[in-house]
Amino acid sequence: MLTLDRVTKTFRAGAFGGGSTTAVDRVSFEVAPGELVSLIGESGSGKSTIGRMVLGLTHVSAGSLTLDGERVRPGKDFYRRVQGVFQDPFSCYNPVFKADRVFALVHRAYHPGVPDREWADRVEAAVRDVRLDPGQVLGRYPHQLSGGQLQRLLIARALLLDLRFLVADEITSMLDASTRIDVLNLLAGLKERGLGVLYITHDLSLGTYLAERTVVLRSGRVVERGDTQKVFGNPLHPYTRTLLAAVPRLNQPWTAAEPVEACAFHAGGARDTDLYETEPDHFVACAGLPDCGRTSA
Amino acid sequence: MTLTVNDLRVHYRTLRGEVRALDGVGFDLADGEILGLAGESGCGKTTLGKSLIRLDGRMRHAGGTVTLDGDELPLSDDRAMNAYRFHRISLVPQYSMSALNPTRRIGRMIRELLASRGVTVDTDELHRRLALVGLEPDVLDRYPIELSGGMKQRAVMVISTLLDPSVLIADEVTSALDVSNQQAVVGALTGLRDKGLVTSMIFVTHDLGLTSHIADSIMVMYAGKLAEKAPTKALTTGPRHPYTKMLIGSLPQVGARHKDRPLSGIEGSPPSLLDPPTRRPTTTPAGGPTGRVFDGCRFRDRCPLADSGCAEEPPVVEVAPRHTVACWKAA
Amino acid sequence: MSTLPDPAPDAPPAEAPVDRPGRESLHYAVRNPKLIIGVSLVAILLAVGVIGPVLLGDGNPNEYVGPQAAAPDGTYWMGTTTFGQDVYAQFVHGLRATFLVGVVGGAIAAVIAMLVGFLAGYRGGVTDEILNMLTNVVLVIPALAVLLIINAYMGVRSVAVQGLFIGLTSWPWAARAIRAQTFSLRTREFVDLARLSGSGTWRIVFREIAPNMSSYLFMMFILLFGGSILIASSLDFIGLGPTEGVSLGLMLQSAQQWSALQLGMWWWFVPPGAGITAIVGALYVANVGLDEVFNPKLRES
Repeated sequence: MLTLDRVTKTFRAGAFGGGSTTAVDRVSFEVAPGELVSLIGESGSGKSTIGRMVLGLTHVSAGSLTLDGERVRPGKDFYRRVQGVFQDPFSCYNPVFKADRVFALVHRAYHPGVPDREWADRVEAAVRDVRLDPGQVLGRYPHQLSGGQLQRLLIARALLLDLRFLVADEITSMLDASTRIDVLNLLAGLKERGLGVLYITHDLSLGTYLAERTVVLRSGRVVERGDTQKVFGNPLHPYTRTLLAAVPRLNQPWTAAEPVEACAFHAGGARDTDLYETEPDHFVACAGLPDCGRTSA
Repeated sequence: MTLTVNDLRVHYRTLRGEVRALDGVGFDLADGEILGLAGESGCGKTTLGKSLIRLDGRMRHAGGTVTLDGDELPLSDDRAMNAYRFHRISLVPQYSMSALNPTRRIGRMIRELLASRGVTVDTDELHRRLALVGLEPDVLDRYPIELSGGMKQRAVMVISTLLDPSVLIADEVTSALDVSNQQAVVGALTGLRDKGLVTSMIFVTHDLGLTSHIADSIMVMYAGKLAEKAPTKALTTGPRHPYTKMLIGSLPQVGARHKDRPLSGIEGSPPSLLDPPTRRPTTTPAGGPTGRVFDGCRFRDRCPLADSGCAEEPPVVEVAPRHTVACWKAA
Repeated sequence: MSTLPDPAPDAPPAEAPVDRPGRESLHYAVRNPKLIIGVSLVAILLAVGVIGPVLLGDGNPNEYVGPQAAAPDGTYWMGTTTFGQDVYAQFVHGLRATFLVGVVGGAIAAVIAMLVGFLAGYRGGVTDEILNMLTNVVLVIPALAVLLIINAYMGVRSVAVQGLFIGLTSWPWAARAIRAQTFSLRTREFVDLARLSGSGTWRIVFREIAPNMSSYLFMMFILLFGGSILIASSLDFIGLGPTEGVSLGLMLQSAQQWSALQLGMWWWFVPPGAGITAIVGALYVANVGLDEVFNPKLRES
């Protein structure tokens, strides 16, 4: 459904746009319908930029980003099918208006013909769909609701359109542990309805909880991607190993990562590509070891 | 060194009444112990941290005592607390790394800060402490924007511990960091304790997994009161309070898959701690029990084990050596 | 599984007021002394300026009605000028004119500043560059020189026209300020969400960004209003004022021209001078008070 092919994003910096930084560097991956792909990276990895490009909020500098074969183009038609939910629930709501206004905006823009009474019913149904009580959350200001409730209202809003694809950018980072799981279970429910979901996060344990496939991003480049169990069951890139080892786990010792002996990319003899497929649906990039490229295939 | 907190109550004044952020909490901190303070947002853990050092003008000390090495801390008196602040109890505040002045080099900021408190520290000592937390001396010549989040956090930790306080309170110091930085910061904290620069520590966080790696004992708070306190191993392997159990159960571990075994969170949200001055009805119109959250166990509306007995507030009971729980069902 | 009922049940609507964001501001507003004093003073002078001329009837304030250079007494509360004009009549008419030029100049400047500032701040890029150039050009144009040239071409000038030209030249600093605020609000995620809901640029600017800056815009208008009055008075004083009617600045100008100070005719220049000072000073004090109301960190509670 969603296909990224060598997508690149460069930002111009400097007083007259002299310098430039590459935030995203030739990233490629796919998301199929009914699939949840988690995009894992630390801060500065470019994952949020990718999310914004998928949503059409930022232009793509190079490469192609297509949804169902069509180029991503921001506009009402596009947003009928693709929506996003962001990290800070309190920042997503205009603080001077009531929280329901997000529904009213959708009503006005996408379903103007629907009479108010019927729209109210639809809103109520969507709110119940995300396991909230309409009586408790409708008619309130954002500061009167909790972060978890606000996030779920945003998902309810997305459901009021003909949603086919959802970008969830760090939607659980600002939530408490007890509400995180509820929001994630919602995403799992969406996936089961046939939506495609791109789940952007820095938290490995959350990513693996939900995702069929994972993309590990570092400094704008994909270092490893593929089936989640393969990527984390058998990590081949040193960065993936470091990430995995650094996650603090309950009742398990916190150890250092096992160093990578040989670069899987060069050992496989890959040339002219960015990623090498070591086994079906498990791709890895060059490990960046000192003797990479000097060993021949 | 011992720190004893006894029935501490701290309220916030707001336009709509008083928020009883901390409503009767008591615990002990032993020599060389790292206590992890865990709980959801709004449970009072940050308030506890800040009240021990009296940093926030809106707080009102409403009751209880805090005793450090036999001296009772003058929590109501801002000026008297000056003698204790940074000297005997110090705090690394939440968001401190974003509070660094972006136009000052780190070294200059440290010198100005120390000068304002009348303390001088020679450069060698400063370098030694920076090395202890894993920072190069040239950090002093850099601007905050050139440092990563973890480095800034460690720099702030050095500043907070320059006067060798007995107790260091670290308030959510790892929340905004990436996993690779978190390890370094946690290592720096334990290093400070191991090298004796800080005697004991209170580590405030919402991340139970992280706490379990640094803390000797963990205290779980809920709605301004203590829910459970136990040595780390005992708490993570054998929790007794329903809230702790559900909290641990909602933590996904790497490898847990939704389709294999979906986890569940805790429905509902913590009760509001606002205590408005207007008189509320003591019964609902239907004649049922009052909804005031301050009567009885505060977790009972979200607790799967709650029954009519929970309308009375459970006392804090020691169920095993150094393992205390506030729950009727845990005994 | 539906959510469990709220443990602290909401009081019925009659008991607890809805928690609107503006309510807290209002509570502090009526308790802030600077704001109260400033607003009261301006309101009193405004009342005088509006009602005073009505009470005086249809007379032209510049008519020679009384004895020349008379000190204040029972009939002429503020005395008369060298030519026998009633200073009090001039004063109340002048207040009205001064307020008018403030409103016209302030409103025009505010509208232009908002259009330029919002567009530059929200769009960024090339639009921002062009609008910045425009702002800079208008900023450095000497308003005085422009008005001198306009004077040469226009025979008759009215207060409204004066207000118009002041408005056209005093908006740049406000546009800059609005642009800066818009930049910071633009990155907030609710703006992204509005884009994802299909809203266009101007809709987002006026429905999402401006309401979040309402206190800022309000204060800015007050400053433009006061600034307009000051500029108008200065222009009047050096002879570039309106050719008909009277304003406080014009009174000061004639008083100075006819040596009121040397002749000891304090009643001619003290009222207009005090009037201008009072209006503009009260506005600025009220503005400081308003800042305290809107910005919780400045409150001394």
